[in-house]
Amino acid sequence: MSSEDRPPAPEGGNGAGGADGAPGDGGASAAGGGVSATGGGTSMSTSRKGSRLDGQPLEYAPAPESRSVVRLREAYDPFIDGEFAPAKSGEHLTTANPADEEPLAQVAVCGEADVDRAMAAARRAYDTVWRDLPGAERGKYLFRIARILQERAREIAVLETLDNGKPIKETRDFDVPMAAAHFFYHAGWADKLAYAGMGPDPRPVGVCAQVVPWNFPLLMLAWKIAPALAAGNTAVLKPAETTPLSALLFAEVCQEAELPPGVVNIVTGDGETGRLLVSHPGADKVAFTGSTEVGRGIARTLAGTGKRLTLELGGKGANIVYDDAALDQAVEGVVNGVFFNQGHVCCAGSRLLVQESVAEEFLDRLRARMALLRLGDPLDKNTDIGAVNSAAQLERIRALAETGRAEGAEAWSPPCPLPERGHWFPPTVFTGVTQAHRVAREEIFGPVLSVLTFRTPEEAVAKANNTPYGLSAGVWTEKGSRMLWTAERLRAGVVWSNTFNRFDPASPFGGYKESGYGREGGRHGLEAYLA
Amino acid sequence: MPEHRHDGAEAPRVAVRKTHKLYIGGAFPRSESGRSYPVASADGEHLANAGMASRKDARDAVAAARKAFPGWAGRTAYNRGQILYRAAEMMEGRRAQFTAELSAATGAGRPEAEREVSAAIDRWVYYAGWTDKAAQVLGGSNPVSGPYDNRSAPEPTGVVGVLAPQEAPLLGLVSVLAPVIAMGNTAVLVASERAPLPAVALAEVLATSDLPGGVANILTGRTAELAPPLAAHADVNALDLAGAGESAADLEEAAAETLKRVLRPDPAVEWEADPGLSRIRPFLETKTVWHPVGT
Repeated sequence: MSSEDRPPAPEGGNGAGGADGAPGDGGASAAGGGVSATGGGTSMSTSRKGSRLDGQPLEYAPAPESRSVVRLREAYDPFIDGEFAPAKSGEHLTTANPADEEPLAQVAVCGEADVDRAMAAARRAYDTVWRDLPGAERGKYLFRIARILQERAREIAVLETLDNGKPIKETRDFDVPMAAAHFFYHAGWADKLAYAGMGPDPRPVGVCAQVVPWNFPLLMLAWKIAPALAAGNTAVLKPAETTPLSALLFAEVCQEAELPPGVVNIVTGDGETGRLLVSHPGADKVAFTGSTEVGRGIARTLAGTGKRLTLELGGKGANIVYDDAALDQAVEGVVNGVFFNQGHVCCAGSRLLVQESVAEEFLDRLRARMALLRLGDPLDKNTDIGAVNSAAQLERIRALAETGRAEGAEAWSPPCPLPERGHWFPPTVFTGVTQAHRVAREEIFGPVLSVLTFRTPEEAVAKANNTPYGLSAGVWTEKGSRMLWTAERLRAGVVWSNTFNRFDPASPFGGYKESGYGREGGRHGLEAYLA
Repeated sequence: MPEHRHDGAEAPRVAVRKTHKLYIGGAFPRSESGRSYPVASADGEHLANAGMASRKDARDAVAAARKAFPGWAGRTAYNRGQILYRAAEMMEGRRAQFTAELSAATGAGRPEAEREVSAAIDRWVYYAGWTDKAAQVLGGSNPVSGPYDNRSAPEPTGVVGVLAPQEAPLLGLVSVLAPVIAMGNTAVLVASERAPLPAVALAEVLATSDLPGGVANILTGRTAELAPPLAAHADVNALDLAGAGESAADLEEAAAETLKRVLRPDPAVEWEADPGLSRIRPFLETKTVWHPVGT
């Protein structure tokens, strides 16, 4: 690949499952439980060939990424109308590194006056500059932003890892390059909107109020801001309370790109700031990614206002492993599916549905693979599992995992020493889970996998669909017709077959049922931002 | 041979009137509540008693619609198209009935009623043609940056609660029902409260069009009584609020609890205009499927 491309995202699927009638011997992978995928992209694996030949695991030397590339300020002001200026609220919160609980910076908690000011700036920019700028010129600003994100990739990746706790491997190879790719992709749409299938003369919606979560802070910002701007809208975005720093760095990127003032505004704060933003009378469109509970509240707030709304909410994705799957690849995909980003992924494959006849063998291989996961310093380039983003989230994961034990499921984690400081949860798999268990029904948003079994494809589909959510699902089989049959019946917005957790700016993402509505990415994602 | 009265004159025949019932799961039950309500013509003349569906009837209809959903969504698009076209054929055969009922309901003159009946029939034909084309227009393959086959295709969203417009009791009715079921959704429709009789006649058309029972369920009664349970029902995936009137905002708020897709009423809607995909798209989900490419 040339430097023009984002890094490849290799994964466990070998592509052999597409051919109808392919030999379904399930033995496509090398014997011995070797890990078939290589690191990079969203894969959590690193090559460990021969690592346990003599029962003596080779030790990894620490390989920490330097944090010197990041220059943190002591305090950050909100970014409104092209400038960083103190919040009128005068309030601040401290954002900390979840890996060691050390404070990173003070960040403003924007109040009503600040949100008002940001919305007014966005309206002014919409009316006077952005709406009427020729699409080709709008697009060039987005191209600039994409390029600056690429240029400052190292800095942004380290900053994101510091603020979020996720492994540098992921911010470096996934979050940041994918964010840049989203701007690059949408830049090209800005002068081609008439071909997006929404009619010959699509118009922007207006001022967009956007709230993003803490699990992919910069990437979710890109998913929101890139299509909004490409379509001619302006935006006021609120990053999550615990991960505001990459959005504020993005504001600097906007300045560097000389984006006209007011086109992008970043207001930091807590849940109340978010509530002020999404309920602001000046918003023409609201976009939210986060919990289903908050999503319901936003939908209620906007009822009867005629405002546009897209919601990307929770999930309880099922990963179906048939008896003819390439088991090692499936193991790799299941591990990636639920432990990527510490399981803080709305589309995580947090339910494993494995066919009864291979369940025992599969779980043996899964446990062996989990034992190789490296949990620890997020800045270490060999780390697979980083820190849980906040104490509150850790508490939620612990509480739900506790219900799993209390309800009779059996928990297993590999031997996994946890650092003394910071928020950590070991990769955990629950067996003996029934569909009634809370660990099988509720989104845990942590590195916790619940295992259920099935006998027939019909049963697998029925169990997979037995959830109010419908965001993602996975299917592992070497038989093409069975893969397609299953994918057709899964009530989920994204189906990964013989792979998991793949993302691309050209690929629409979003859920069925209570996972929300609207799509982000691709031609379909533009619909939310065009009238 | 007609009987003769004692004076030898022929006795006038007593017409067989129709009982206007509900249409649930392919059957024509009375309301479980045993209630009905009088329906009057545009000039106030009593036309018939229509069934006054209860909240329980609405729940039964949702259950029937849910049961019918996998089968209907699983039909080929060609098959669904033929069934919708069949509905047009059946309506064409009952033109006189629809024209008379429409004329009585709205007070429209005969030519105007004829025109609306024609437009309603043509609308079935229009949507019959969409069934096997919308997926091509709305779906496609996505050029992702990696060795993957990646495709997006629309799928029906599930059970849709439809509040038919209070005006335009025939063209509006067909215009909201046909696009919902064309793509494989199933529907629970609440007919125009004031003018429900064309909806009852339409149910009879659907029952003879090879439409599987439960795909379209038609309730007559009070919109204000039937809409809230549909808006709050956890097994209803989407709502078309065309006939919601003043209560649209409240219903949208109730629908938020289960994150239903909501098509808000458009006060400027013109039922005669080409609807395009405007009533198809809101009741579809986009599913994207990935698969690695390799040897």
